[in-house]
Amino acid sequence: MNESIGMFAYNIPFASIFLMMISAIITPLLPDKNRIPEKLSCVMIGIVGVLSAYLLYALTAGGQSLSFNFMMGHFPAPWGNELRAGPLEAVLSLVFCAAMLLSLTGNLSSTAEDIAPKRRNIFCVLVNLLTASLLALTYTNDLFTAYVFIEINTIAACAIVAVKESPETVRAALRYLIMSLVGSGLVMIAICLLYDLTGHLLMQDMSRAIHGLVASKSYIMPLTVSLALITAGLAIKSALYPFASWLPDAHGSSTNASSAILSGLVLKGHIFTIIKIFHRVYGLDVIHLLRMDTVIFILGLVAMIMGSVHALRQTNVKRMIAWSSVAQVGYIFLGVGLNTTAGIAAACLHIIVHACVKPMLFTAAGGLSNAAGHKKGLHALMGTFYVNIWAGLGLIAGAFSMMGIPGFAGFASKLSLTLASFGHSTVVWALSALAASSVLNALYYVPAVIVVLTHNKDAQKNFTAHAPTMSYKVSMCIFLALNFYLGLFCMPLLRLITRGVSVL
Amino acid sequence: MNEELRAIWQSFFNWVMGIGPRPENEVIPPEPPPDLPFTQRPNDKYTRFHEATLKERYTQWLEIHGLHLFSALYAGLSVLTCVVIVALLLATVAELPPFGHEGNPANNEVIRRYVERGGNETGAQNIVAGLILDYRAFDTFGESAVLFTAAVSVLMILGASRRGKTDDGESPHTESAGRNFLQRGPPAMSLHTFRRDDAILRGVATLSIPAILMMGCVVVINGHLSPGGGFSGGAILSTALILAANAYGFGRVHDFFSERTFIVSSSTALMIYAMSKGYSFFTGANHIHSIIPKGTIGDILSGGLILPLNICVGLIVAGTLYGFYALFSEGDI
Repeated sequence: MNESIGMFAYNIPFASIFLMMISAIITPLLPDKNRIPEKLSCVMIGIVGVLSAYLLYALTAGGQSLSFNFMMGHFPAPWGNELRAGPLEAVLSLVFCAAMLLSLTGNLSSTAEDIAPKRRNIFCVLVNLLTASLLALTYTNDLFTAYVFIEINTIAACAIVAVKESPETVRAALRYLIMSLVGSGLVMIAICLLYDLTGHLLMQDMSRAIHGLVASKSYIMPLTVSLALITAGLAIKSALYPFASWLPDAHGSSTNASSAILSGLVLKGHIFTIIKIFHRVYGLDVIHLLRMDTVIFILGLVAMIMGSVHALRQTNVKRMIAWSSVAQVGYIFLGVGLNTTAGIAAACLHIIVHACVKPMLFTAAGGLSNAAGHKKGLHALMGTFYVNIWAGLGLIAGAFSMMGIPGFAGFASKLSLTLASFGHSTVVWALSALAASSVLNALYYVPAVIVVLTHNKDAQKNFTAHAPTMSYKVSMCIFLALNFYLGLFCMPLLRLITRGVSVL
Repeated sequence: MNEELRAIWQSFFNWVMGIGPRPENEVIPPEPPPDLPFTQRPNDKYTRFHEATLKERYTQWLEIHGLHLFSALYAGLSVLTCVVIVALLLATVAELPPFGHEGNPANNEVIRRYVERGGNETGAQNIVAGLILDYRAFDTFGESAVLFTAAVSVLMILGASRRGKTDDGESPHTESAGRNFLQRGPPAMSLHTFRRDDAILRGVATLSIPAILMMGCVVVINGHLSPGGGFSGGAILSTALILAANAYGFGRVHDFFSERTFIVSSSTALMIYAMSKGYSFFTGANHIHSIIPKGTIGDILSGGLILPLNICVGLIVAGTLYGFYALFSEGDI
């Protein structure tokens, strides 16, 4: 299999994970002068991003969609560990790396303000570990390896909330940690049950055993319980609505870079794990048989509405954007709940869109509240567009994207979700929820845009004249370009994702 | 109609401009009514209960009973949820294949190869060590990284903030309110006071610490030959450090095991693990000949990379466990 894509591309999944791990391990030993750790992290994430892009090219060159298994060590798969890479995994790791890099470079100045110099070194360690765990979750083909990296992800994610020293962040991090550990526990129990029923940890072998059990109608009840537990556990970690109470605190109070990374990437790693488990371990037919697709669909609908309703009530701009993430996670789960290839492809497209737009919104909100003298209230941002135009543009583009205005990124994924829901028995529910949620999105994003654009001569005198740094401008430019690219040219990407889902 | 529209627009406009009531003002409960005898109560809205509108009565009732009701409901629902989950899990466990039965799904070709060919293929007499450090070494690398992540996070949260007390070189971060709030509390309390003259503890510690250290080293080094390995041996090593800290004070341990030592040893150990196992993964995946010899089963130098990997894991575990103890009891390593 590695003859067709070349040895270099064959080793990329392994190399990406190990490069990030090694960069995390070596960072505590580095001197914390001249921001060396931050530079190293950015360079490493950039290298891994380029490698992922090459892997994507190698897997899809000439209209083919290849996938391959990478043997971790000297022993083949059921005995040793295994990684698996296809077009979908490659494009997701490319997006994760790009969004991670832009979240870091866009927020360099606010990171420097919020995090004490001694902690910045460890912040870089945690960011590298998060990237490594996201890549491992993307590539792994083994359920227990997925669990191990979910653990790394959990601890590192809680720690990057607490990295900014304030009572709110410590409280938010504790809350996040407790909820997240409940999720980990549920996933662990589910994996134990599955191992007891199938005798395997490799996803394909588990799938074979599960289909045998379903065909012989034995152990259906433990199988259902394991599916419910693993879905609930990962849903807590990916903030599906009834389990999302930790999210606004954790994402709203932490430093901007952490908010961007948590909202844009950490949630997505867990959602992609759910998609992989549904697709590879249980199989879509078994999911439908056990009715889990209906549950996910309904929870997705509720999340789309309730996330926006909660966002309407917020006066703090970062908390508003955080609650909007809950609604967007609802969109993704709506696509997963459709339980068709088109639905999952639309969900993956929304993962990518949200991973690009939400870090941009958090970066923009950080820049605007910085321009307003570190005030986070929505009304305090009046007229800040004219102080920091790049942040203002980012907020407007992000808001339009979240509302689904044509030409912006969010339109593409909403369109594909709509198209995917046609022909499904629940099309009326899906369409009305999409419409209602879009209107609700507009109800809180439009006032924010109006406030930012309103001239306010009195307040502008009090604003601290922070000129945005060059890295901020460049990152925001790339964010905006990505936003328009996804909005205008999403069809090739959607076709690519559909091909990736078909070989998932 | 026009007036109503204008009123709605006005309230929307106020909300946009940030004027008017905000949610955080609404949730702060007002002062509770003074708890005077009924005859002395002032003639305010609380006494004229029957005159209040339904909404006022509801608000008033909620102020007095809301929190109580909420905690009762919360406790009741928690117990109910736990009971439901426990019942569900017990019912599930009852349905599972019987424990230790021959025909269970878990007794398949995966286990068979581990048991029958594990020794020859990994070179380790202890099949479990061969399993976790050779067949599935990537998972164990992840587990060690979990410990590393946890240690680094705890060190950041507990270590860095309290250490700020003694350092003057802090720039704008010490000034602003809300930052370094951990310093504003009472000084770090230690869990137990040290008795400097505790002869019994010191005597026993002096006698037993070398034995514990030896025991830990034996368990780590013989990990591929006998039960044990890096995780259990590292835990034993850390108990020696904890005993030393309790008998002689954290200062004495700090002389040879400081925060810097901890970070350097953990990072280096994990780095050696990553490098050596990365080489092994790379050669295995690309079918390149690996230069690592397997050795003879049963020798101390056998099992390929398992011995050095066990030592690395042992160092990480020992440092992390002692680090947690020191950080949580003293606030410093």
